[in-house]
Amino acid sequence: MKNIGRSLWYRGARANIPLAISAMAYGGVFGILSGNQGVSWAEMLAMDLLLFAGSAQLVMIEMWHAPLPVLDIGLAVLVINMRYLLIGASLQPVFDGRPLWKKIFGMHLVADENWAVTIAAHRSGGTSPAFLVGGGILLLVAWTFSTVASNLLGGRIPAPENWGLDFAFVAVFSALSFSLWQGRGDLIPWLVAALLAVVGEHLLPGKLYIALGGIGGALTACLIEMLRKTKASPQNMIDEAAPAISIANAKPDFLAMTGEEDQ
Amino acid sequence: MNELFHTGAVTAILLASGLTYALRLGGLLLADRLPKSGPGRRFLDCLPGTLLVSLTLPGALHAGLPGMLGLTACLLVYVRTRNLLATMAAGIVVVVLLRRLFMV
Repeated sequence: MKNIGRSLWYRGARANIPLAISAMAYGGVFGILSGNQGVSWAEMLAMDLLLFAGSAQLVMIEMWHAPLPVLDIGLAVLVINMRYLLIGASLQPVFDGRPLWKKIFGMHLVADENWAVTIAAHRSGGTSPAFLVGGGILLLVAWTFSTVASNLLGGRIPAPENWGLDFAFVAVFSALSFSLWQGRGDLIPWLVAALLAVVGEHLLPGKLYIALGGIGGALTACLIEMLRKTKASPQNMIDEAAPAISIANAKPDFLAMTGEEDQ
Repeated sequence: MNELFHTGAVTAILLASGLTYALRLGGLLLADRLPKSGPGRRFLDCLPGTLLVSLTLPGALHAGLPGMLGLTACLLVYVRTRNLLATMAAGIVVVVLLRRLFMV
């Protein structure tokens, strides 16, 4: 059992290598930026280890002017990181049945990158919190090392676009999205998510558009499922879970009507 | 120590970190309370895909035409190899080449 556990940590770390490389490239730019903003290496280190969220850290250092607007910083970080509530929720199948201490420890090491890699791995044959944590540790080390080192070294800010590094995350995340595709049933929810995210990006502060698209798309899937259930035969409904039946029974007229329109 | 941490820096970092951690763990613990079947389950099943699309698409659109072509290259390489490093390399190479071509 111990060997299996260890190999999953290792496999998780290995699966995140491409993302760790691009995180390091960005960490290098970010570290120089933070030094220019007067963020000390110790502050950088504390943010890396305790916060461990690149986009939130970027906004923090942009607000890093004395006297520090502590509450404003807290609010901004809350808005940007709201998506982690959903990311945490979506990891439920990975942590299902695991002891609480694993959840408490493992969830700190969740970044966009190892979350996406873990979810994709979970879909293609199951995985475990160890896989997630292995990737998280690799990312934490890569991110911390590159940001603190370049904070100390300083220098001119390079333009990552010149080497296409801004595209690295898009490239990897789009490939991972592709592997999350579960079939035609995902089409409408994904289109709704895409639309809400693109529109939300222009209208909402921070990174709230990610949460908006995620919730909107998943709720659409949820609604489609409920409509299907009300149209299903009574025999099928007996097999379904009690909460689903009570929801369907609560609004039969509304659901029946929209169900017909949907046809 | 005064030079290492500005006034209020420790409070700001702890506040931001505490909020972020609460969101991470809170999401997981809330999801544990959702029903294990029916529409609630469907919500959780669909959530990773819709979140990842929302995370990726706006950035991809900002990359313009080179980005769209780079994205196509990524998907082709990923379908053939299932290798993330190769996928990333393909996307970056295509985007950089196209940017150089259009810029110069």
